[in-house]
Amino acid sequence: MTAAPEQIDVLDEAREQVLERGVGLSEQQVLKVLELADDRIPELLALAHEVRERWCGPEVEVEGIVSLKTGGCPEDCHFCSQSGQFPSPVRSAWLDIPGLVRAARQTRDTGATEFCIVAAVRGPDKRLLSQVRDGIKAIREDGNDIQIACSLGMLTQEQVDELVAMGVHRYNHNLETARSHFPNVVTTHSWEERWDTLRMIRDAGMEVCCGGIIGMGETLAQRAEFAVQLAELEPDEVPLNFLIPNPGTPYENYPVVEGAEALRTVGAFRLALPRTILRFAGGRELTFGDLGAKQGMLGGINAIIVGNYLTNLGRPAQQDLDMLEELSMPIKALSQTL
Amino acid sequence: MTVFCSFCGKAEADGDHAFCRQRLSMIDPPRYCAECARRMVVQVTPDGWAARCSRHGEITSAR
Repeated sequence: MTAAPEQIDVLDEAREQVLERGVGLSEQQVLKVLELADDRIPELLALAHEVRERWCGPEVEVEGIVSLKTGGCPEDCHFCSQSGQFPSPVRSAWLDIPGLVRAARQTRDTGATEFCIVAAVRGPDKRLLSQVRDGIKAIREDGNDIQIACSLGMLTQEQVDELVAMGVHRYNHNLETARSHFPNVVTTHSWEERWDTLRMIRDAGMEVCCGGIIGMGETLAQRAEFAVQLAELEPDEVPLNFLIPNPGTPYENYPVVEGAEALRTVGAFRLALPRTILRFAGGRELTFGDLGAKQGMLGGINAIIVGNYLTNLGRPAQQDLDMLEELSMPIKALSQTL
Repeated sequence: MTVFCSFCGKAEADGDHAFCRQRLSMIDPPRYCAECARRMVVQVTPDGWAARCSRHGEITSAR
């Protein structure tokens, strides 16, 4: 009779592989982490926090976002209240340049180093790019030196070059979910089309911001698949959203991700992406409440969106800034990013 | 005058709006005019929101 092979604990493996050597977990390892029992979550979060401190440092990157063009999107992303294909109560709106300048100023006043201009489109047309160009110029003329990021959908090479020329330093384009699950979430474009835009952004020298949404009916295996696909992309930043079941969308009756499951996901993504900026984004208010947000910050997160989101509201920025102070987490300064 | 729910657009007197109130208190700006239930044009900004009804005008988070 042969002895059963000795089971190696995945957190012991992670300690040696991720913490000591900085090598992210494999898909199988991430899945094991996602399957950990609830009583091991504190141990997971403590390790993820150590990994974040070792490979990213103690600073937290603070960002604000605003919707430049809301609603009326031709795409059918099933989670999104801005799709024109669903009976969502969100109506189309454009933010004017003075409004954009005010939003950038509000963001800068929180101590944030990043301001992301977002539009609900398949990709930008000339009018939208012109609005972005004029907006960035006006933000600079306002004396605001905050770093500008954009999220304007899929791009052509020419549009990538235009954004670089405007001084956009980071571009957000989320893969949203695992490649195997994407066709269940979006049918009007493919995961591969998104990937192509991301490669163009990287090749043009812009920083890549690419994450997704947890809780869209994906299996744990697909969640692990997604983490590793993101790692393969080597993004500078991964925003981690938790589904907000918004009225009128196909996912309006999906359950909110449960807190323990969300914390396991945070820890697992950190162990898959040891060197990446991992940002708390939308949905954390519903999923975690106040207490869980702190646990997440102590479980591998090193960036945060403060204030409101695009169509949903967040906690008041000051509440998050107070939390960071309470946790003795320094906010990354603009001078460190230039 | 609040006649309609700003979250779901149905009459306040019609059914239970506890879930609606919870969402409005946590993460949602008003989407429907409380006076006429028209869908409003809503702009969310980092520190607030503005919602405009074509008949009853604009309300904001600053009030």
